[in-house]
Amino acid sequence: MSKQHWQSFGELNNSDAYKQSVNDEFQEQLPFEADDKGFLEAKHPRRDFLKFLGFSTAAATIAASCEIPFTKAIPFANKPEDIVPGNYMYYATTYVQDGDAVSVLAKVRDGRPIKIEGNDLSPITKGGTSARVQASVLDLYDTARLRFPTIDNNEATFEDVDKAVAAGIAGLGSAPIVILTSTIVSPSTKEVIAQFIAKHPGAKHVVYDAVSYSGILLANEATYGKKAIPTYRFDNAKVIVSLAADFLGTWLSPIEFAKQYAVGKKINEKNPEMSKHIHFESVASLTGSNADERFLHRPSETGAIAVALLAAVNGQAVTGIDDAKLKAGIVKAAKELVAKKGEALVVSGSNDKNVQIVVNAINEALQAGGKTIDWSATYNTKAGIDADFAKLVDDMNAGGVGGLLIFGANPAYTWFDSKKFVDGLKKVKLTVSFNGKADETTKLCKFVIPSNHYLESWGDAEIKSGYISLQQPTIYPLFKTRQLQDSLLSWSGSTVSYLDYLKQYWSAKLGGAAGWDKALQEGVVNPSNAALASASFSSASVSAATSAIASYKKANPASTELYLYQKVAIGAGEGTANPWLQEMPDPVTKATWDNYLIVSPAKAKTLLNIDLTNNGQADAYEVKPPKHVVSITANGVTVKLPALIIPGTHTETVGIALGYGRNKELGKSVFDEEAGIAVGANAFPFASLADGTVSFAIGSVDLKDTKELYPVALTQTHNIYNTAQGNRTEVMKELTLAEFKAKPTEILEDREAEVKPYGGLENYRAQGTIYPDSMNDRPGIKWGMSVDLNTCNGCGACVVACTAENNVAIVGKPEVLRGHEMQWLRIDRYYSGSDLDNPKVVFQPLMCQHCDNAPCENVCPVAATNHSSEGLNQMTYNRCIGTRYCANNCPYKVRRFNWADYTGADSFPDNQKGVVNDVVLNMSDDLTRMVLNPDVTVRSRGVIEKCSFCVQRLQSAKLSAKKESRPLEDSDIKVACQQACPTNAIVFGNANDKKSNVTVTRMDNPNRLFLSLEQLHVLPNVTYLAKVRNIEEEEKKEA
Amino acid sequence: MAIDAQQMKKNFGLLIVCHATVIFSHPERIFFYIKKQQTVYMAFPKSLSIPSLILSILLLTTTISNKVSAQDGKSLFSQNCASCHAVNKKLTGPALAGVEDRWGGDKKKLHAWIHNSAAFLKTGDTYANNLYNEYNKTAMNLFPQLTDAEIDAILGYVSTAAKAASAAPAAGGGDVNAAKGEESDNSLLFGILTLVLAVVALVLLQVNSNLKKLADEKDGIRSAEPVPFWRNKAYIAVVVVLLFISGGYMTTRGAISYGRTKNYQPVQPIYYSHKVHAGVNQINCQYCHIGVYQGKQATIPSVNICMNCHMAINEYKGAKIYNEEGEEVNGTAEIKKLYKYAGFEEGKPWDATKAQPIEWVRIHNLPDHVYFNHAQHVKVGQVACQTCHGEIQKMGEVKQFAELSMGWCVNCHRETKVQFKDNGFYSIYEKYHADLKSGKIDSTKGVTVEMIGGTECQKCHY
Repeated sequence: MSKQHWQSFGELNNSDAYKQSVNDEFQEQLPFEADDKGFLEAKHPRRDFLKFLGFSTAAATIAASCEIPFTKAIPFANKPEDIVPGNYMYYATTYVQDGDAVSVLAKVRDGRPIKIEGNDLSPITKGGTSARVQASVLDLYDTARLRFPTIDNNEATFEDVDKAVAAGIAGLGSAPIVILTSTIVSPSTKEVIAQFIAKHPGAKHVVYDAVSYSGILLANEATYGKKAIPTYRFDNAKVIVSLAADFLGTWLSPIEFAKQYAVGKKINEKNPEMSKHIHFESVASLTGSNADERFLHRPSETGAIAVALLAAVNGQAVTGIDDAKLKAGIVKAAKELVAKKGEALVVSGSNDKNVQIVVNAINEALQAGGKTIDWSATYNTKAGIDADFAKLVDDMNAGGVGGLLIFGANPAYTWFDSKKFVDGLKKVKLTVSFNGKADETTKLCKFVIPSNHYLESWGDAEIKSGYISLQQPTIYPLFKTRQLQDSLLSWSGSTVSYLDYLKQYWSAKLGGAAGWDKALQEGVVNPSNAALASASFSSASVSAATSAIASYKKANPASTELYLYQKVAIGAGEGTANPWLQEMPDPVTKATWDNYLIVSPAKAKTLLNIDLTNNGQADAYEVKPPKHVVSITANGVTVKLPALIIPGTHTETVGIALGYGRNKELGKSVFDEEAGIAVGANAFPFASLADGTVSFAIGSVDLKDTKELYPVALTQTHNIYNTAQGNRTEVMKELTLAEFKAKPTEILEDREAEVKPYGGLENYRAQGTIYPDSMNDRPGIKWGMSVDLNTCNGCGACVVACTAENNVAIVGKPEVLRGHEMQWLRIDRYYSGSDLDNPKVVFQPLMCQHCDNAPCENVCPVAATNHSSEGLNQMTYNRCIGTRYCANNCPYKVRRFNWADYTGADSFPDNQKGVVNDVVLNMSDDLTRMVLNPDVTVRSRGVIEKCSFCVQRLQSAKLSAKKESRPLEDSDIKVACQQACPTNAIVFGNANDKKSNVTVTRMDNPNRLFLSLEQLHVLPNVTYLAKVRNIEEEEKKEA
Repeated sequence: MAIDAQQMKKNFGLLIVCHATVIFSHPERIFFYIKKQQTVYMAFPKSLSIPSLILSILLLTTTISNKVSAQDGKSLFSQNCASCHAVNKKLTGPALAGVEDRWGGDKKKLHAWIHNSAAFLKTGDTYANNLYNEYNKTAMNLFPQLTDAEIDAILGYVSTAAKAASAAPAAGGGDVNAAKGEESDNSLLFGILTLVLAVVALVLLQVNSNLKKLADEKDGIRSAEPVPFWRNKAYIAVVVVLLFISGGYMTTRGAISYGRTKNYQPVQPIYYSHKVHAGVNQINCQYCHIGVYQGKQATIPSVNICMNCHMAINEYKGAKIYNEEGEEVNGTAEIKKLYKYAGFEEGKPWDATKAQPIEWVRIHNLPDHVYFNHAQHVKVGQVACQTCHGEIQKMGEVKQFAELSMGWCVNCHRETKVQFKDNGFYSIYEKYHADLKSGKIDSTKGVTVEMIGGTECQKCHY
């Protein structure tokens, strides 16, 4: 049943290099300058020995004669009543960045926010987070943040700036002031802006989003009469068709959608039903990777597909699609959609108004309104209209703008015609930036008044109409920064501080101070159960839209098209300066620290002369990090980027991620100090304005292999582990819904067959070993985890959450290239099937499996890793001497070795200069180190580390139960990855407790449950639930 | 540990004598003996002082914890009453010894008074009103949350504490000191004895070899030229081996104890005497160390906590205090130092925002890779403060009492019983509960911390 699963092309081909890398656990020796002759034959062995002896004796003597360091214990002068030093507290606040707003809790320890967690009370995200939300706490301690207000790059006080700006405004005369912001989700801020505009006649507010949703907004205005985006209800949809909308990764409200999507993907074994997701796209995306069926197309065909789908849904013939596979896909999608009328949903990621009008018509035909599309609440997070901004740029160039106040927007980088914007900016007399960092636009402004980070700010957000989320500071502003609202209030002549303003604003609405306090404590105010609502649809614009699409230029079959996409972690550039996000392997490409050109395997053959079915060529491409650099030319812009071959990409389409090629002042992560160039290349200039909206699809590009090479740090070829039977069926189990329905016990039988030689499943635990099983009669707690591969979508929130919680080191690109990445939790990306161009994808989060019969434990010469009575595989850093035997013996390859002092943990300053790069050194800056979790040891060079099941959280949960003298409950513990997961794929708890979630999950899913590499008898405490794909027809067995 | 200490000393003396002889006659066994000796050393009275103290305090706490109600009364007293009342001493409120008699044994009245003193005053009770007037009309806090049973537990504790205080003036400390003096004398004695025996053994060996030589000469066997003992290879070898072993042993011990600061007693910015506060005035530890039941740190009190009392108490009137050097400490001057930190001028209202934190010298300092939580030990484990901090109520400036080494922690975890029956958390250990019932686990030893995994690495290191 199980198909072949492969992680890399080498594995698919079983190439020589692949075999080699399976055999060699570590790619290199310890970094000692040894010639292989051995100690005695080495150069100067005797003298060196004496030197070392002398040095160590002297060092020991000096160390021993040192006084014990004198330390101080300084208590508060006045201890606030609620604070207990050493205990953490959670404050409800709201993550707001470029219009994205998520209700979160900030974990504050001794006055420092150190971790972000989801707010369970939010009905939108229901406690889920994303990688970007998790990483946002590191931005607070970013050393590149602006630390004081400036006038012409000179430090100034707030009074100076206020005075100068006031004088500047007075000197503008009749020339209007424009406030340029990214989408403002805060209702009170909108009022503050209105107040400012009222005081300054002629002033106006322009909203600009780097990646806007103008297309949808305008289409909805045309068809529903509302310039708004309704709530999509993926949880109510039995059939989902996405036209290149990456709704699990980057589109509109990914956390919310991931949560909803998972509802349809959770399987009840007794009555297995699932939603069906059909995806059309050009470049492999996270959402596409999760789809049940995926069809590939050229970006230029987007409109035609929408029109064809509309036709098919209405029972007409499909025309205008040449590709037979694609055509079949559309027909099939339409069939599925129509069969589930009222339970079907079509979404499109296109920013083309006409396409979105057609999509609206499809949804209308499917009776989605009030069922899978809910108009009772609309999003306030995306309000930018590209045409408005384009007009502003024109006005600026015409000299029609007197003053420009910029907040949250960075058009000098994100606007496709940034030169025009910059030219226009020069003609504006008064330029003020409120951005927190010296981004491309801020650098060009005369006045800079940096705003607080959101964790230092007061505020509010109306994420969807009626859904309020409040923001409160969790730390006193670290630098001389001031919130935008305070500046605007004072410039409008108000003497009220924004805090008072906000308090007054909400107290009036929430029933006085008590209501405000309660709302602040909970973080959210939700509408009382609103019923789903539809909106009246006007089909007047549909035929115009269809004919407009029909008139679009057809793609030349010979041309290659370019599609600009957003990475899950990086977005439109928000994550570029964040080392946690840069080092998180991209879910789809598994690359870190870089931007690249995505090409399909077929394109690689023609463009780069790499035939992946050829062993030698696949190895040459895959094993060595340097990749071919390709120069990409379109719209008069040329950039050079290394090419990555990613299956699941349309053969004649290439993809580039946005968000790279930033300026140096944004931080160490965006700039390669050694090479003297920005990391990656800026792809925004490729975009264009079409029919008033920005289009990220480019009809024709010239690609040229420059024959240069550039290394890209990919992680999927690291930590390879071989399996005895090949094909990885013991690691990863997957089947189709049809198979599952036909034979629910298939996986169970599979497992039975694997362990048959050792007594079968029933007796396996006892008979699979010659040792007595001492772990069986341990009373009390036994920790266990269950991961549902069906709901896991590979988004990577858990990876960043783990990094944040456990002080996992950032190692930088050169070290990732050497396979030295430190993440305790990795998400393995598996392809299945041998269709190189469009394989199926499965994600498997893999952390230490905490084996009860752990192979790492019995090879440690110093007993630094051993087993606890609660089933934890413990790692004791202070005992570890770094033999790495354990890592070598771990069948899952989840142990990490500290090759260098990444964290600056040892007491010699700067000793890692030249060993690790600037990004890593910067992580041990005093400011950055404030993000460290004080409950977790910072590891030093030479020790192994790995997932601990967040033992610090387990201990703290046990303690709180003990303090209250009650048994432990599930609600006491949430390990970091589980907490972060937007789909609740990870369940954790006490497996000895019959009522705990983990036990219940295991009991309820006996047919999907499996253990990775079960036949090794390592007895893991992590169980997986097999992936079931909703494909009705049984797949043919792959050879 | 169960071996009688006196017996141990005797054994040890014998052992040394035996060792000396055995080592000289059987050098090859030297390692074995050194090893043995070390283990014996661990239990030798000199180092016995810490474990034995721990043990005795443990025994003490366990005997107390057997009397459940008294224990409750004590903790209730310290949580609710101790900030204003002591058993035998007037504080903000009257001394509580004999309180039941003073109220005429009418518990109902007393309950009503404690629950809501203000309401009770309104009933016009003469004793209550007199008391109120006597204490400058300072109203007693209201305790509506205390149940009658809890109040009775407090009263029970007060009466037993009052009786105990009048019955026996200090009993514990003297013995320990006496025992200490004895030990050091003995070890010197045994040392000398060992040396003497060693010399005797050497002399005897020399005599033996001389006699042998004489006998040989008599038999006509020519012996080699006599070698002086400093050039005798056997002797040199023995000396070298001994030096190496003792040197290695001392180095290792030195290295292990490096960074440990037992008995560290730095001079603090203010001479703060625990003896005056916790000892004489019986202020509950928790009153100042507020974190001790709640979190990781016990917390050093902030200035505002000091000022709670010291706004009123501005001079020291107690018995004379002497510092470690035997110099007298001017208590009032030390209070003035506090005022300086607090920014407090007597006679004026205090503006708490002007306070500066006091920079105390840190004494107890665990390495970063150790996780220690006070609440776990004090609240959950019901371990007395003195177990780790020594007789803090008798200390002037604080001194580090315990070694705070891993061995010290682990030894305690091996022997200490968890609150297995009393704490609901442990109800999940069904097997141990069954074993306790069936007698499989000795109920006098109980379930120790070690049995529930308390000596595993990741209980303290993560």
